[in-house]
Amino acid sequence: MKIRVRFTKSGAMKFTGHLDVMHFFQQLLRRSNIPIAYSTGMSPHQIMSFALPLGVGYESVGEYMDIETTSAVSSSAALEQMNKASVEGIEILSYRELPQGAKNAMSSVAAADYLVGFREGKAPSFNVKQALEDLFEKPEIIVTKKTKKSERTLDIKPLIYEHHTETLTDPCSVFLKLSCGSVDNIKPELVMEAMYSMMNEEPSEHAFTIKRLDMYTVISSSDKGALTVSSEGMGGDGVMPDFISLDSIGRDIE
Amino acid sequence: MRKLALSDEILLDIDKPVRYIGNEVNSIMKDPGAVDIRFAMCFPDLYEIGMSHLGMQILYSLFNSYEDVWCERVYSPFTDLEKIMKEKGIPLFSLESQDPVKEFDFLGITLQYEMCYSNILQILELSGLEFYSKDRGNDDPILICGGPCTYNPEPYADFFDIVYIGEGETQYRALFDLYKECREEGFDKKAFLRRACKLPGLYVPSLYKVTYGLTSGSCLTPEAKNENENDTDPGSVYPMLASFEPVSDDVPKTVKRELVTELSEAFYPEKPLVPFMKVTQDRVVLEIMRGCTRGCRFCQAGMIYRPLRERSLEFLKESAVKMLENSGQDEISLSSLSSSDYSRLPELVDFLIEYAENNKLNISLPSLRVDAFSLDVMKKVQDVKKSSVTFAPEAGSQRLRNVINKGLSEEDILEGCKKAFLGGWNRIKLYFMLGLPTESEEDIKGIAEISDSIARLYYDLIPKEERKGKVSITASTSFFIPKPFTPFQWAAMGDKEEFTKKAHMVNDAMRSMLNHKSIKYNWHDTGVSVLEGALARGDRRLSGVIVKAYENGARFDAWTETFKEEYWLDAFSECNVPIDFYTRRERSLDELLPWDFIDIGVNKEFLKREWKNALEEKVTKNCREGCAGCGVMKYGSGVCTDQKGVREEKKDGVGAN
Repeated sequence: MKIRVRFTKSGAMKFTGHLDVMHFFQQLLRRSNIPIAYSTGMSPHQIMSFALPLGVGYESVGEYMDIETTSAVSSSAALEQMNKASVEGIEILSYRELPQGAKNAMSSVAAADYLVGFREGKAPSFNVKQALEDLFEKPEIIVTKKTKKSERTLDIKPLIYEHHTETLTDPCSVFLKLSCGSVDNIKPELVMEAMYSMMNEEPSEHAFTIKRLDMYTVISSSDKGALTVSSEGMGGDGVMPDFISLDSIGRDIE
Repeated sequence: MRKLALSDEILLDIDKPVRYIGNEVNSIMKDPGAVDIRFAMCFPDLYEIGMSHLGMQILYSLFNSYEDVWCERVYSPFTDLEKIMKEKGIPLFSLESQDPVKEFDFLGITLQYEMCYSNILQILELSGLEFYSKDRGNDDPILICGGPCTYNPEPYADFFDIVYIGEGETQYRALFDLYKECREEGFDKKAFLRRACKLPGLYVPSLYKVTYGLTSGSCLTPEAKNENENDTDPGSVYPMLASFEPVSDDVPKTVKRELVTELSEAFYPEKPLVPFMKVTQDRVVLEIMRGCTRGCRFCQAGMIYRPLRERSLEFLKESAVKMLENSGQDEISLSSLSSSDYSRLPELVDFLIEYAENNKLNISLPSLRVDAFSLDVMKKVQDVKKSSVTFAPEAGSQRLRNVINKGLSEEDILEGCKKAFLGGWNRIKLYFMLGLPTESEEDIKGIAEISDSIARLYYDLIPKEERKGKVSITASTSFFIPKPFTPFQWAAMGDKEEFTKKAHMVNDAMRSMLNHKSIKYNWHDTGVSVLEGALARGDRRLSGVIVKAYENGARFDAWTETFKEEYWLDAFSECNVPIDFYTRRERSLDELLPWDFIDIGVNKEFLKREWKNALEEKVTKNCREGCAGCGVMKYGSGVCTDQKGVREEKKDGVGAN
C-alpha cells in the first residue's frame, strides 16, 4: 500500500542536505520496523520518494515522503514507532494511506507556503509591509531566474498565489504561497529579492529565515469527490486553482 | 532545542555544515550537572574519517555507560571553518553539548596515523589550550591520547599529560575514579599525574627525563652540513638518545601495554552512532577478533595487538543483530586484521548471509584470504562483475617475501587467481611495498613479472569466447616505513630519490611486459612517506618540529590536497634537526630506542631474532603452526592458550574484497 508521511525539519536538522534526509529516512524506516517495500532486482532499494527537496538552511513543518509498504500498520502505531526512532528536529506528523491511483507527492506538488523572516540585525531599512503591498500593485513582477545553464526573465506575479505580512514580530515576516514543482518552481528568495530590488536595496547575506509551512496539489473540480489528483487547471489569468494540502489526500489507518 | 556553537550564518557559509551539528542517532545527551566527569573524545581529522573509526565508537559507548561520565565527540574543523573560528574567536566545541572543549575535564585524542600530528595542535589552538603540557594549568582539561601511534609517543610526548598505551577498555574506569578522588582533595594536576603514572598502561611523559649524547651514530645537523661537510665542532653534531629515566624511584621504569585478556564477550557497542552524511565506513562494523598470528615483519599491528583473541560466535551474532536493528544501517562489515583466521568464520558468515537476505542488507568482507571458501562466500554477497579480488604479496620475489615473513608463494597467488578467473572474476588488485630491507633490482622487477604471470594465466585459462573483455590487473606500491616494535624497527628507510627511482623501475619493467596493456601501476606519494617515517621513529626533539610545521601551515597532512612537504622540510631545517637521522640510519642493536621504555609484551629479544631471521631469509611460523616465543604467552590469553576451534591451517596471506 502507498503511504504518505508528513514530517518537520527544524533546529540543527536544517543544515542537513536532501541526500542526508533521504539517507536518514532509509535508516529510520528500518529502525522503526515499518514494513517498507523493496524494489526487485540485483540491488533492491526501498520504494520511497520525496515531494520537493528543501534547501539547506530552510526549516519546514510540511515535508512529504511517499513510501510503499507490504502490510498495514495503524497510523498511530507508525507515528509512535517512527518518532521514537527519530532525532530532535525531525518529527513525523502524519502517516496516511493514499487512495488507489493517487499520484505521488513528487509529481503532484503544485504549490507551497513559506514564512520568510529576517535574521537578527538583517532587516531591511524599508517598511516591509508597505513594500510588499507596493510590489503587488505593479502589473508584473519581473525577475531573472538563474540556472546552471542559462538566465531567463520571468513574470512571477501569476505564480505567487498568496502574500501577506504577519505582524507578530518586528520586522514583520512575509507569508507566501508560491508555485512549485517541476514546471514553475519559485523560491521565496526570488520574491524577496524582487521586493528589495524595487526598493533599491540589496539584502545582506543570509538575511532571511525561511520556513516551509505546507505543500499542496490541485484538484480539478469535476474530480473533487473522487479525490483524484491532477496538476491541470492551475495558474492562469487570475483564476486561483483549488489547492489541497498533500496531507489531505491520504486517510489515517485505523 | 539544543543551541549550536556556530551561528546559522557560519553554518551556511562553510562546506558540509552537517559535520558540526551533532544530533546523530544514538549520540548521547546527558545533563552536565548530573555527571562528575566530562570527557571530550577527539579524532583529529575530518568528521567523515573520525566517524568511521571503530575504536572511538567502542570507547564512546563504554564511557557513556558510566553514569558519572559524559563522553562527547570532537573532530577537526576543516580549514574553512578554522579560519572563521579564529577570526571570530569561537572556541572549539564538542558535537553533543556544543560546549567549549576547554570546559571539559579530559580531552582525549586518538592517534591513528603519524600524519595527524599537526592536527593535534590545531585542536589545541582552537580550544584555547597551550601546546605544551607544562604550560597548561589545573583548570585546563587533562590531555590524554591513545591509539597505535602511542607505541612511540615521543615526538608528541611534550604536548600530552598522559599517554594511554594499549587497549582503552581496561584502565579508564580506574583513571576516572582517581581523578574524582583527586578533585575531592582539591585538584592539583601534578599530584594527579604522579598518581596516574602508577596505573598500568599510563605513561606520563613529564615524569621521565631524557638526555642526549655524542656517540658513533650521531650525524651532522642541517646547519653544520650547510657550512662545512667536515665540520668537527661538537655543537654541529646531532646527538643520540643517551638516557631515558623516570624522574624519581616511585615512577615506573617501564610502561606495560594494556590489553583485554578475555575478549570473547568483552564490551561492544549495541547502539552505534549513525551519521547523517555519508562517511567512509557507512556501515555497522563487527570486530570479530583482535591481533594476528601471521607475524609479517613489517607489520606493527601484527605485533602490538598480540595475541590473537577471538570474540565468541554467539556474542557476535547477537551484536550484529542488535547493532543493525538499533542503527538501521543497510550494511555490515567484519573487522579484523585477517578475517580468514577467525576459527568460526563459516558459521558466522552463514548466519549473516541468511540474516542479510531476510532483511535486505549488504555484507562486506574485507581481509579475506583468497581460497575456495572465500570465493564462494564472495559470490554470494557481491556482484562478481563489479568486484575485484585482492592479493597483498607485498614483495615481488619469493626471496624478499621470506625476508618479510609473508608466507605467500607465487603458486598460492596463481592458484587463487585461477580459482577467481574460473569463478568469473577478471579484476585483480595487487599490493606491494618498495624499499623493504635487502631489496634488490630483481625483487623490484619481480613486481612486474608476477603481474604479467597473472595476466598470462588469464589468457591461457579462459578461452577467447568466454572472456568478458581484458583481464584488469592493478598493482600498487607503497613505500616501506619501518615502525617501532617490529623486527624492522632498526632498519634504514629509503629517501625520496631512492623511492622515486624504484617506482620508475617498476613502471619501466611493467611496460616491457608482454601483457602490459592489461596492467595498471600506481604508486604513492614519496614525500609524505619520508615524513611519516621520521615521525614514526622520532624522539622528543621532534615536538619543536611539529610546532614549527604547524605554524608554517601544516594541517590535514594525511590529505593529498592539503599536504605540503615544504611546511615540514622547512620546519626540520628551522629547528636544525636532520631528518635523515630518523629515516636513513640503520640502528645498531644496542642503540637506546625512544620507545624502549614501553613493554608491549613481545620482547626485544624476539624482535632481534626476527630481524636476524629476516636478513638470513628465514621464515618464522605463524602462531597456530607453532609458537615462536615472542613473549605474549605470559598474558595467558587468546591463541597462546586457546586451541579449541582452531581451523586447519590453510595457505597464507592474501586478502579479498
